[in-house]
Amino acid sequence: MNELQTELKNQLKKYCLDKIEPFMEEDDEKNRFRPEIYRGFGDYGICGIPLPEKFGGAELTYQDFILVLHEIAKYSVPYAVTLSVSTMVQNILNEFGTEAQKQKYLPALTSGEEIASFCLSESHSGSDAASLKTQAKKTKGGYILNGSKLWISTAGYSKTYLVMARTGGEGSSGVSAFIVRDDMKGFSVGKKEKKMGWRTSATAEVIFENCFVPEENLLGGTEGTGFKAAMSGLDRGRITIGAIACGLSERAIEESIQYALERKQFNQAIFDFQGLQFMMADMATENTASWLLVKEAAEQYDNKIKNSKLCAMAKLKATDTAMKITTDAVQILGGVGYTSEYPLERYMRDAKVLQIVEGTNQIQRVVIARELKKEFN
Amino acid sequence: MWFFSDEEKQIQKVCRDFAKKELAPKAEHHDNEETFNLDAFKKMGELGLLGITSSPDYGGAGLGATAATIVMEEFGKACAGSTLSYLAHTILCVNNINSNASDIQKEKYLPKLISGEHIGCMGMSEPGFGSDAVGMQCKATKAKDGYLINGNKMWITNAQYADVVYLYTRTGTEKNDLTTFIVEKGTPGFSVSKEIHKMGMRSSPTGELSFQNCKVSETQRVGGEGESTIHMMKNLELERITIAGISLGIAQACVDQCIKYAGERKQFGKNLAHFQMIQKMVAEMASETEMLRRFLYTVCYEYDHFKKDNVLASMVKLELPKRATKIALDAIQLHGGYGYSREFPLERMMRDNKLNEIGAGTNEVMIMIIAKNLLKDALRT
Repeated sequence: MNELQTELKNQLKKYCLDKIEPFMEEDDEKNRFRPEIYRGFGDYGICGIPLPEKFGGAELTYQDFILVLHEIAKYSVPYAVTLSVSTMVQNILNEFGTEAQKQKYLPALTSGEEIASFCLSESHSGSDAASLKTQAKKTKGGYILNGSKLWISTAGYSKTYLVMARTGGEGSSGVSAFIVRDDMKGFSVGKKEKKMGWRTSATAEVIFENCFVPEENLLGGTEGTGFKAAMSGLDRGRITIGAIACGLSERAIEESIQYALERKQFNQAIFDFQGLQFMMADMATENTASWLLVKEAAEQYDNKIKNSKLCAMAKLKATDTAMKITTDAVQILGGVGYTSEYPLERYMRDAKVLQIVEGTNQIQRVVIARELKKEFN
Repeated sequence: MWFFSDEEKQIQKVCRDFAKKELAPKAEHHDNEETFNLDAFKKMGELGLLGITSSPDYGGAGLGATAATIVMEEFGKACAGSTLSYLAHTILCVNNINSNASDIQKEKYLPKLISGEHIGCMGMSEPGFGSDAVGMQCKATKAKDGYLINGNKMWITNAQYADVVYLYTRTGTEKNDLTTFIVEKGTPGFSVSKEIHKMGMRSSPTGELSFQNCKVSETQRVGGEGESTIHMMKNLELERITIAGISLGIAQACVDQCIKYAGERKQFGKNLAHFQMIQKMVAEMASETEMLRRFLYTVCYEYDHFKKDNVLASMVKLELPKRATKIALDAIQLHGGYGYSREFPLERMMRDNKLNEIGAGTNEVMIMIIAKNLLKDALRT
């Protein structure tokens, strides 16, 4: 780590310990998201890490970004994911948006004053995203949106929603992307999801009922590029989810080792039982392997090497590992690990979603296999 | 299973219907609210299930491990939390009184426990003594006409609802100086000091019991002083087998739900059943569940007809819960976002099942028992 990275990591650690850690248990129980915590990230300049300085970004690399996410995930996976998703939307705006769109929407996002949500999934189109049904009908001066989007992170707290909707025929080429603001008429937030974990993150349905979106909010000013824009974020999105998984795993490992050293049964610290030593050795090895994979993916991305296979592998390996590690961590703590007095059971519930978002791990395997086939054909 | 007796098949049917009607519809609610389905518990009493392994002299059904495990499986499919409370009552409390208490004690406690008028729990683990239960420190000291009990018991299922506690205490300094008592709710000095909030099994109340100069008369002592370890040994196998039954129920419910969903959910123009990756997940989880079912019920059959086997019971307790967690995690994965949401029961089943890897002896303790038995001779040299 360079000096800047170490400094940032230390500052974030302090912030998370002060502002996030003490409330996580209660906020998880009550499904409460605290926008002020996200705004606090803005004070550290981390809400638009890879974005250009001229729009208020830090113009840093993905190698920097994954360190930030890794650190935050040690205290809260939901806030780390909120940051990752909002940054992904900013990246898409920056790459596909018009100059006017960038100037209008990016500064409030990079400063952390506002949050952005990514609206792709629908009740019947999850993995098969290109089959989405939300309609955008051309009308005078803009488009009328009708439909609904499911599992939208930070819904209700975000101001900017990047919405993929159908302007043309079936398939991916009929999809366009729109910048929808929360105060537009016909936009509303529907049912809030009750979830196994990740409960601090507000996840809800977003509904469009004859929602008029002015022409200037069509992303990049051209129809039919929405799906491409949405997919452009995927590779790097996977790197970020991998980083979050590694942060979570690291925390679970720290907690288990500390507990195993303190807890005595049969007159010795449980750490000294070989059965637990093997578990902990495996946990540490698997997480180190995952982290190296994530770092390599980030480095290649920063060096402009497109490697979808590596990104999918990093996400797959890091999140499957996080699931295994958090499950074993609960096991090492035994009865107290299962109670909500300790955070381990929450870590385990939070880990599961990482295997599902940014492409389920089944989809990662499909991507990896597709790339393998290309290599060998 | 093909070798179930007619009576066991009948129990299976009755429990399946009961679970569908009384447990499944309310499982989500009680999980969300962390409340106990007392109504269903009382109805289990009406069906005669609360003393399934206990003597008919006191209202019990006098059946074996197979019948008890069938109940666990069927209830476990619908609401594992309610099933855990049922287990703590029926197997940990009622069955232990039935096998270890005097006729006078049985006459006094069993009829009401078996009818469902009273609820029972067992007190073994302590804050500092979980896996190392025999190291317990909750003390019973001899006093005039009885004993004074001092100490705490942790992770006690049914604590808040229990009228009767089947309690293990320390009465001497030697490792095995442990003595069993029956303590009634309302005995001065006895209280539930804490409610414990858990990841899963949230419809099963868990608490900490506190004893502060709690006076019990000698008539509340079960057997003689120092007999607890003998009591514990008697029913260990049954306790491990039955808790594995809950995991079997969970695994089967996950398989059933996945098969249903694979036929309903469409992506890329066809239902999920057409994707080989989904086929693999369904085929593997179903094969594993079937293997676990046959393993579990074979051990039950041997327990009922031939002999108790500590190693086999520990193997059952290790393998069923461990594999059911994996199956439940895969079932969530197969359902994607929906699996993660509370609209589907899968995430609850996974949370519930994790307890079975910890309660009634952790996986690690099972491994220790199995290894120590198998390596007995080798360990001497």
